[in-house]
Amino acid sequence: MGLFNNLQLPFAQHALLACTIVAVTCGLIGPFVIMRGMSFAVHGMSELAFTGAAAGLLVAGNAPAGALCGALVVALLIGTLGDRESDRDSSIGVILAGGLGLGVLLLSFYHGFATAATNILFGDLFGVSNSQLILLLVIGITVIIAIVAIYRPLFFASVDTEVAAARGVPERILSIAFLVVLAFTVTGAAQVVGTLLVLSLAIAPAAAARRFSSSPLAIAGLSILIALVAADGGLIASLQFPSIKPTVFVTGISFFVYIVSRIIGPAIKNRQNRALQLEEVVN
Amino acid sequence: MLRNQRAWRAGTDGGPHGDEVVRLDNATLSFGRHRLWDSLTFSLKKGEFLAVLGPNGAGKTTLLKVLLGLQPLSSGKVEVLNRAPRRGSSKIGYIPQQRKFDSQSPVRGRDLVRLGIDGHRPGVPLPAVTTRSRVDAAIRSVGAETYANAPLGKLSGGEQQRLRIAQAVAGDPAILLCDEPLLSLDPASQDAVASLIDARRVAAGTAVVFVTHEINPVLPYVDSVVYLVDGQWAVGTPEQVFTSERLSELYGIPVVAARLGDRIEVVTSHGGALMDLMDEEKCRLLSAMENEGHRGPV
Repeated sequence: MGLFNNLQLPFAQHALLACTIVAVTCGLIGPFVIMRGMSFAVHGMSELAFTGAAAGLLVAGNAPAGALCGALVVALLIGTLGDRESDRDSSIGVILAGGLGLGVLLLSFYHGFATAATNILFGDLFGVSNSQLILLLVIGITVIIAIVAIYRPLFFASVDTEVAAARGVPERILSIAFLVVLAFTVTGAAQVVGTLLVLSLAIAPAAAARRFSSSPLAIAGLSILIALVAADGGLIASLQFPSIKPTVFVTGISFFVYIVSRIIGPAIKNRQNRALQLEEVVN
Repeated sequence: MLRNQRAWRAGTDGGPHGDEVVRLDNATLSFGRHRLWDSLTFSLKKGEFLAVLGPNGAGKTTLLKVLLGLQPLSSGKVEVLNRAPRRGSSKIGYIPQQRKFDSQSPVRGRDLVRLGIDGHRPGVPLPAVTTRSRVDAAIRSVGAETYANAPLGKLSGGEQQRLRIAQAVAGDPAILLCDEPLLSLDPASQDAVASLIDARRVAAGTAVVFVTHEINPVLPYVDSVVYLVDGQWAVGTPEQVFTSERLSELYGIPVVAARLGDRIEVVTSHGGALMDLMDEEKCRLLSAMENEGHRGPV
């Protein structure tokens, strides 16, 4: 069949691998992003990844490396300027606007391949080169190791800040570590769906997962699963319909799953709770 | 300055430092020019129930932060379990000021309780049989079996507070620090929560420091009282502290304290409730300063 043949092609396999790595990392960090109220920080980071990518393109012809630098700079700026929760939104807004303006300026100096700019903004899944794939792999593995290492204390500090502090959980170090992990994840996701649409993989799957379950581990698993369905499913769909960018399908699927979760999630959650309570009573 | 250095309980004398789990010696804490408390001196023994009272902004929560090792003193000495307080001690159980969990919070009661056991350790909280049985035991000890698997955000304030107690005792602490655990609970839940905390004290000899606005719900359990008002303080048994003379001295205006059956009532001479004594603006300012102070050493 056409799809099967398409998946034999190296560019499609590269893209599938890239999607899978990005989906796992995004699905993993998503629940933390929501718990810590950092959706806007993720958006700010991805916008500045755009500026970084434009700079990278201009200086070295390497957008992903530039994007990573951009996102890391924002992570450090948010860590230092937006320390207090009340300041955070406004400082991210300011950094975002300023950085985006700089990105537009940088792009106006760039006279290379015309679609490079839109590729940064909306993703360029089929253009993933070997070196970019290796970068994505390194990013993915780093993110997974880091999150697994800090998972429990980060969760503690995110849902139960006071008691976590009393138990000696180093919130400050964890929050900076998480910002850096976020910067890596955002850079990877920007490769797949573009800097404008990172939230469709970094937030939507976790937001949907929260509607289906209250168990932290189940939410993490579901969030990764939904991100995988959206990213890989979106890629496969665009192989079938080559005139439409994969980004459209990826964002479309994750949005659709979120809508479904809002409609049927509460009923599922209620049934789980009733079943669990019954089990507890029987025990 | 009011002081009471007398041993609080006859018959528990194990030398000067015998059973003591908490000891404050001339502890002073100031934020800028404001002195929260001056030369505060008291001690707490194993299995004792200490109530910390006083108006908003008097430094009750800050006292707990000092014991948790999160807030250094300006001067004086503090010892917890015979050493300087240390952040993250597993010997201290902490029940923070009641803040209801968001209804979409991705945690169940069981998860909250488990965090009290191993939440500070790195890694992923994989299911483990021994941890599970400790969590179960803690949940049973507060009678929360029927709702421990439900989302925390869907539970009532009283149910959440029971799970908070389970979380605090799950780590088998020697000291339990409770910050206004009765706030915004209905009277029945207040009684239930207070008696659960006391049950832990009786069963395990855990010393309890209980910050509260209201003495009456805990009066049956209280061994001693630290009363903080605007830099002044009084320490002693409820009978020693809740006298018209002492409280008038503390507040600097005439106050009448009377024991009515199993309750203590305190009113100003013109009949107002004590909480109105500090005007609201001042309270707000002081608690703002207190919060500032929590961000780092002064």
